[in-house]
Amino acid sequence: MTYFILIIGAVFVNNFVLSQFLGICPFLGVSKKIDTSLGMGMAVIFVMGIASIFTWLIQQVLVAFSIEYLQTIAFILVIAALVQLVEMVLKKFMPSLYSALGVYLPLITTNCAVLGVAILNIQAFGIETASSLLQSFLNGIFSGVGFTLAILLLAGIRERMTNADVPKPFRGFPITLISACIMSMAFVAFSGMVG
Amino acid sequence: MKRSFKQNMIKSGAIVSNGIITNNPVFRLVLGTCPVLAVTTSAVNGLGMGLAATFVLLCSNMLVSALRRVIPDKVRIPAYVLIIATFVTVVQMVLRKFIPSLYDSLGIYLPLIVVNCIILARAEAFASTNPVLDSALDGIGMGLGFTAALMLIGIIREFFGSGSFFFGELAGIKMGWQFSALSDFSMSIFILPAGGFLVFGLLMAAVNALTDYAQKKKDKATQMRKSEIKAKNEIKSEEVAL
Repeated sequence: MTYFILIIGAVFVNNFVLSQFLGICPFLGVSKKIDTSLGMGMAVIFVMGIASIFTWLIQQVLVAFSIEYLQTIAFILVIAALVQLVEMVLKKFMPSLYSALGVYLPLITTNCAVLGVAILNIQAFGIETASSLLQSFLNGIFSGVGFTLAILLLAGIRERMTNADVPKPFRGFPITLISACIMSMAFVAFSGMVG
Repeated sequence: MKRSFKQNMIKSGAIVSNGIITNNPVFRLVLGTCPVLAVTTSAVNGLGMGLAATFVLLCSNMLVSALRRVIPDKVRIPAYVLIIATFVTVVQMVLRKFIPSLYDSLGIYLPLIVVNCIILARAEAFASTNPVLDSALDGIGMGLGFTAALMLIGIIREFFGSGSFFFGELAGIKMGWQFSALSDFSMSIFILPAGGFLVFGLLMAAVNALTDYAQKKKDKATQMRKSEIKAKNEIKSEEVAL
């Protein structure tokens, strides 16, 4: 039951994009078409799941040497190396998946959602128990699912909007932001659903 | 090539104002949007975030520029990220010790300055090819542009959302006003994430409209000048013909 609540919370209630403002850059930048945003979303789910596990392990090391103040530097280096590694492994063993996700992977290093989920996991679940590793992993995966949901919805709206007669100053980013505002209002309805 | 003092001053001014107005990182380049939306629930938070980012931007630009001949091209991105992360850690430690209230209210967005695209973009686009002093000026200009945008959004959201103006405390200095009459009618939607998207979108539309207007005026002026010159030339050629 706790895991179910965790999943619902990560996807809807604390949606990364619409209620926590993490990963806004790709949310605005890569949401012009549904298929590209699906690719981006899949890549984010993939990297966030793996990064959650690895940063949990890194935090163990940091605590063991009592150098927690190096958290930011250590995490960003691990994430950057991890993205590079994932890219190489995919290229070698799963070329079809690589060709689908390839272009989005390097962009993910500077996606604040990945570093954000790593830091939030440590804050929320700690690292003392073995179950916190599972919780971190689930939170990583399903926060990624929440991101994918938001970016897909926005891409759908934007595809339809290409035919609409938008006033000239609003074309491009402004009207996208206003659509995001209305989506975010809808997601406010989920707040309070999970304690 | 040696430039005179006056030329130097003009160039420095151009670099700084490029960051604040012409290429404002938030409204024109649309970089680093996460903190723009997240921490601007009050103007004081916006100011704090802006100054923290400005400090990191200034230091990382200077160091990247100083090391631009040393860092090999292939590993430049990890090297830049490491430099930026170092300065972010410095900011984190300083704020935690001296301004804990700001440290708490910025929360997770403070370590996330590392992945703020503005800082990496300026390191890559400007500091890696320009001398140290110019890079420092670029860092200051971009940082101040970022701060100004954050404060503007913060002021609007705070005014409508909680009925106050620049209210809060930064480094022990109390500032701003709370209007008790207004706070009864405050619209909390402006403090919620939806309000952040709304205010940012409307402001960006306003900036677009203003630039369009200025551009039109400029075009008109150049057209008028062209037609004037043309008329003068015609008169001249008529005189010659006569």
